[in-house]
Amino acid sequence: MATTITMPQLGETVTEGTVAQWLKKPGDAVEKYEAFVEVSTDKVNAEVPSPVTGTIRELLVKEGETVATGTAIAVIDDVGAATESAPAPAPAASHEPAKASAPDAHPAQGASHNGAAAAHASANGADLEAALRKASPAVRKLAREHQVDIRALAGSGANGRVTAEDVLTAARMGPAAAVGQAISVGTNFAATGAPAHAPSAPPPSGTSTYSQPIPGTVIPLNQARRIIAERMVESKHTAPHAWSMVEVDVTNLWKWRMREKDRFERETGYKLTLLPFFIRAVVESLGAFPLMNARFTPEGIYVNKEINVGIAIGLATNLVVPVVRDAEKLSIKGLATAAGALIDRARRGKLGVDDLAGGTFTVNNNGANGSWASAPIINGGQAGIVTMETVVKKPVVRDDDAIAIRHMMNSCLSLDHRVVDGFVASGFLADLKKRLEAMGPDGNL
Amino acid sequence: MAVSASTTPSSTTVMNNVEAVRATLYDAMKSDDRTVILGEDVGARGNVFLITKDFIREFGPERVIDTPIAEASIVGIAIGMAMEGLRPIAEIQFADFIYPAFNQIVGEAAKTRYRSNGEYTCPLVIRTPYGGGVRGALSHSVSVEALFYHVPGLKIVAPAFPADVKGLLNAAIDDPDPVLFLEHKKTYRLIKGEVPDGHYTIPIGKANVIKEGTQLSVVSYGLYVHWALEAANELEKDGISVEVIDLRSIRPMDKGTILSSVAKTRKLLIVHEDNKFGGIGAEISAMVAEEALFNLDAPIRRLCAPDVPAMGYALPLEEEYMSSPAEMAQAMRELARF
Repeated sequence: MATTITMPQLGETVTEGTVAQWLKKPGDAVEKYEAFVEVSTDKVNAEVPSPVTGTIRELLVKEGETVATGTAIAVIDDVGAATESAPAPAPAASHEPAKASAPDAHPAQGASHNGAAAAHASANGADLEAALRKASPAVRKLAREHQVDIRALAGSGANGRVTAEDVLTAARMGPAAAVGQAISVGTNFAATGAPAHAPSAPPPSGTSTYSQPIPGTVIPLNQARRIIAERMVESKHTAPHAWSMVEVDVTNLWKWRMREKDRFERETGYKLTLLPFFIRAVVESLGAFPLMNARFTPEGIYVNKEINVGIAIGLATNLVVPVVRDAEKLSIKGLATAAGALIDRARRGKLGVDDLAGGTFTVNNNGANGSWASAPIINGGQAGIVTMETVVKKPVVRDDDAIAIRHMMNSCLSLDHRVVDGFVASGFLADLKKRLEAMGPDGNL
Repeated sequence: MAVSASTTPSSTTVMNNVEAVRATLYDAMKSDDRTVILGEDVGARGNVFLITKDFIREFGPERVIDTPIAEASIVGIAIGMAMEGLRPIAEIQFADFIYPAFNQIVGEAAKTRYRSNGEYTCPLVIRTPYGGGVRGALSHSVSVEALFYHVPGLKIVAPAFPADVKGLLNAAIDDPDPVLFLEHKKTYRLIKGEVPDGHYTIPIGKANVIKEGTQLSVVSYGLYVHWALEAANELEKDGISVEVIDLRSIRPMDKGTILSSVAKTRKLLIVHEDNKFGGIGAEISAMVAEEALFNLDAPIRRLCAPDVPAMGYALPLEEEYMSSPAEMAQAMRELARF
């Protein structure tokens, strides 16, 4: 009997998946629950286990192809079927019919699977690996400086190694040498928002105001970069962004955190940053201004019942925005551990699809890098995004005209002007400021 | 043979390395009464290489002192002289016999200034012939520099050219702290060159780029500088451009010259006669890896002696131990091609 495998739905809101890599090829044996394909969806890669033990008959989707969930992607011949239809075709199969002896046969079989999988995997990355293995520190540095793709160069060194001189020569010659393979993946940023997966032609060079193209190389888009690009363009094109900023006195909040942070880390294992305090204040303000926890639809403003706060985390490779679900039900301590766990998973590349889904508002703790103000792009399908900028000590004129040194921070809001107007948005920001300034050492974590 | 000196002389004299040592010592004895030479056979015998021949007749046995065969005493007595204001030049007849003086050099001389908080210095020169390739066998072939270059407070000099011998020996005599002055015995009469007349010094701690090149840098000292230069000139005919650096001083080491050369050529070959493990090349490699990794386009390569206890007397054993211009040329070719 043959089993048809379909593109699984990896998460509630996922509608399509990309076959990132086949871990098996036709003819390979596969065990029940053994991973046989790696599927990538919005920012998440997952290995998909086989539902049956058998042999891969056919792979219906190419690597890199994106199909809707439920689409057939592979056909597996079940073990029973194989032995019925083809009586003892190979010595290996003769072990199979006797179910009782199967466990004995498995180790050897398993070993060959792994071998095949490993060989397959290395074949894919072989070019890149080989190029990188041979690239000396000087070559890497020069390639970075001159933006030369060393994979595209024919090395003149021993065994085809790309030498520093090769990189410099390529840089002098300009992009013609390296760009041939470059723009193979195009992205359609049209208003539909639907990604176009067919390769598109490089942009016509005639559009440049320069007679010669500027030397450079193209870094192919990976899945995450492509999705970020699509989402950002879509959000900026569809949601008219408006922007506002308030200055917040976080002196007491700062003191509170300083007082609690060592004990908190000792007790929970997570660092106590300012982030959970910010989330808490934002959640309370969203409660007071439900229109900020909403999204625009042609049918009307959809006001969310849950408050799920996305937190922006910058990784070396890309930005991820995992979501703290039901944030309104969590204490500051609960938010700190929930956010801490998400950040931890994000850094280890272990975020699941559901970690990233369902956000209704986004907080970007932007100040860690010293930013003083920023104009964030709204995460699609939300009414706003708020940033917490760097905390700086400043002389401040207080109500009684005394000058005091206070911990000051800017908080910036981008809002979808289709959903709310400035009146609501500034009310929300003022409320947020009030709540942050009211937080202090006498509060409850 | 190339002349290597930092001064532009008005007049020069052609001499070999042993003559350069002799001339410099003679001038030092002549110009400063505090200068004292002591060691085995330096007096009546006039040194086994005749470096101090007739010195005892001119300067007397109180300034040219024949010592017993007791290296610890030679250096120990010289340390006392130096601390009390003389300018002793102690000789260890062959570097192979320096071990009994190790404690005096490392434990006493190198630490005098530090231990006395600067109250005493130890302006001492310890001269010694070193190195092989002369059928010297186990006891007349060793390279001892790596045993001493770990020691702060000690300067180590190993010139290759007669002009550098004179300039650096003068600098060593003038130096207020102990200097181990290594003379490669195979170069003694083999290497001739023009030596500027009159007194001059070459700063200790300055390397010399004796041949400029673009494709790889070769760092060496002593006899191997000459062989590396020979190999590099050979490669030049094939269009391979090699830069050759004569360290001259082993400690302090001229990092700047090495690093700027590597920044230019991106490849480094270190050749020395001493064993590879823990040798001078190990320190240079570590320094370049630490400070110039992103200039390197090839693994650093070292061409050094194998890790065997000594240089054998039998010619095949000596040849196996020593490198050669041909072997160096081969290593350079491989590195250039990498």
